[in-house]
Amino acid sequence: MDFRLTSEQEDFRKGFVAWLEKNIPDDFDPSRRRSYETEEDLKRAYIDFQKRLSDGAYAGMHYPKEYGGQGKTIVEEAIVLQTLAATCFELRWPGVITHGMAVPVIYTCGTEAQKKMFLTKIHDGTQLWSQGFSEPDAGSDVANTSTLAVRKNDHYIVNGQKVWTSFAHVSDYCLLLVRTDTGSSKHKGLSYLLVDMSLPGIDVRPMTQITGEADFNEVFFDNVKVPVDMLLGAEGQGWQIAVTTLMFERVLGDVVMGAAYEKKIEKMIAMAQLVKRSGRPALEDPIFRQQIAGAYIEVQVLKYHGLRSFSRQLKGGVPGPEGSVGKLLWSEPNQRLTEAALGVQGIFSQIMGGAPWSIQDGFWQFDFLRSKGNTIEAGTSEIQRNIIAERVLGLPKDVSRASIK
Amino acid sequence: MDISLNKTQRDIAKEARRFLKKECPMEFVKEMCEDERGFTEDIWKKMADMDWMAMRIPESYGGIGMDLMDLNMVLEEMGRTVFPGPFFSTILLAAEAIVASGSDAQKDRYLPGIADGNLRGTLAMNEPDGGADTDYIQMAARAEGDDFVLTGTKVSVPDAHVADVLVCAARTESGNDPNKGITLFLVDPREPGVSVSPLPTMDSTRKLCVVEFKGVRLGKESILGERHRGWGTLKQVLQRAQIGLSAECVGGAERVMEIATDYAKIRIQFNQPIGTFQAVKHRCAQMYLEAESARSLLYWGAWAQDYGDEKKAAVAASAVKSYCSETFTHNASGAIQVLGGTGFTLESEVHFYLKRAKGNEMALGDPAFHREQVMGLLQTNGIDK
Repeated sequence: MDFRLTSEQEDFRKGFVAWLEKNIPDDFDPSRRRSYETEEDLKRAYIDFQKRLSDGAYAGMHYPKEYGGQGKTIVEEAIVLQTLAATCFELRWPGVITHGMAVPVIYTCGTEAQKKMFLTKIHDGTQLWSQGFSEPDAGSDVANTSTLAVRKNDHYIVNGQKVWTSFAHVSDYCLLLVRTDTGSSKHKGLSYLLVDMSLPGIDVRPMTQITGEADFNEVFFDNVKVPVDMLLGAEGQGWQIAVTTLMFERVLGDVVMGAAYEKKIEKMIAMAQLVKRSGRPALEDPIFRQQIAGAYIEVQVLKYHGLRSFSRQLKGGVPGPEGSVGKLLWSEPNQRLTEAALGVQGIFSQIMGGAPWSIQDGFWQFDFLRSKGNTIEAGTSEIQRNIIAERVLGLPKDVSRASIK
Repeated sequence: MDISLNKTQRDIAKEARRFLKKECPMEFVKEMCEDERGFTEDIWKKMADMDWMAMRIPESYGGIGMDLMDLNMVLEEMGRTVFPGPFFSTILLAAEAIVASGSDAQKDRYLPGIADGNLRGTLAMNEPDGGADTDYIQMAARAEGDDFVLTGTKVSVPDAHVADVLVCAARTESGNDPNKGITLFLVDPREPGVSVSPLPTMDSTRKLCVVEFKGVRLGKESILGERHRGWGTLKQVLQRAQIGLSAECVGGAERVMEIATDYAKIRIQFNQPIGTFQAVKHRCAQMYLEAESARSLLYWGAWAQDYGDEKKAAVAASAVKSYCSETFTHNASGAIQVLGGTGFTLESEVHFYLKRAKGNEMALGDPAFHREQVMGLLQTNGIDK
């Protein structure tokens, strides 16, 4: 057992940190909750920065050079992503789905033509992706997907509605889960289409979240003509692709979240030094000290769980349903962490960023509200616990879902 | 980076599971609860034959000199069976302290005997006014010429009634700073003035004693390590013991999760296994989640003791101890709930786990104490990334 990076990996990390100091955009201000006022500004900043990463040979570390990657290993990728998450989470945000889902799925299941067409553009920043999974009647029950794609000559004609589609309003392409076999039910008959968002018949309507932001959208498809060569994998393979490919990515995600949350603990400690209780720094209050230490410990759990799974993957292990543990470990503790942070703020916890008396530019007000989505997005906590209970522990399926394979 | 067990560690775990399955079934645990000594010479000898006592003792003193991570393999398995007896106190408390700061003569006197199973020991640390805090040492060791005279009371001393040697922490200089004035002594509990009384305890697999010192006169050859500087050693010993105890907790937390899950598969209510219901299912999933989490944290803490720097080792030990011990309690409580009325009986084995879990949670610093340690260390050292 060894938790250390090799000396080459450590050199690489230091090199990247040094590079980052010179290449972080001037208008990015980590002390502010948001450096960019509008979605468009943020998107532009993301694209510029991704281009710099690509020019600096830090984009897609573990992908082949012919697809815009660097031909290194996933360890270098993890180092880059961890460092980015700890320094400029906001700048990377528009690319979460693009890099976390679109790239691995296209790389693993795409045709040579699809890989050539998309991967380089994603790595050099020119292309952003969204993911169309959920529907009004297919939330946790993803397999209930009813958006139809009917093949007609060289095209699929797509009709239906997606909802909670992250980044659809700023994306160029969408990874769309559709039903290609009209007679099929549940997991069978689902397929993946790579859909150009500029096609006629696509209507994107942003939905405002409890944070006041609009990362999510409703997306309507009205007789949208998608060329058949934009089918990912084979018809009917959509479910397997969704499940298997994304499990690999999830492990990397846990490692990255651990790094991002460690940064938050630092921020929380700084805040508790600043905020007073009875004239003394809140950090001297034994209850807050317990809560902050508890939050730190939970972040260490996430970090070392992530590294342990990552190490297993490096040795050729295939991530399985135990990946649900990681999902629970970055979502639920984040809610406790942000609750604790607002608790430290006390009467100031209502003051929004930018206002007089606001604390740390309203970072925690946003983060507290945003964290409520964590236990819903990417599979609810309830679904994750079902997966652990049934697929790891072997408990029987409940009657209402027993017929589902 | 490689966060996996090596072949030796996997083999140790496998052997330990096989051995304990045979030698320590629940009937044995029950018997030892009733037994005054709490263990048998027979099992102690067999364990010594397996080299378990020798694992952490240096080769030059009849041991094998293995990592704490290696010993953890055995401790996890012991946690799975609520293993009774003075193994933990002898190996992780007494032997570690002697290895860490004993003179050659002291090491010669005790370590080979511990390694081959002939000697047992423990640590007399906790005091009535210290609560669960490990750094509160006020018992006086007054200097008289070259001698020291110990007077005071130590509580919750594990297995002192069967110990051949007590590592006793006392104050040779008054004050509140643990870094100044604490000295460790090696005390024979049969020495005049020492009285050892076992207490009836909730977890009767692990006997706890009150040890009274009434004017116990010790020569300077009894001092373990440096005079007034005992805390340095004690701190290190405690960190390792906290990790070891956490390994026990992880083993126990996993085992009760299995017991609950197995039961949920076969217990029929409303014409179906109760594990079908999400309320039960999610409780089992939560136990798995916490046990896995505790294991990931434990590996970090053990590695930090074996190979990390001092700062990392300290913060990790406290984080691990608070998290893993609470996990064990959560899981033991959860298992009782899943087993329902059955889980609430003395017939069921689950109560042993709950009682041990609660004992482990409070021993060697309780979770609140350790979170405070973590907070203090984060303030002093920052977050070690």
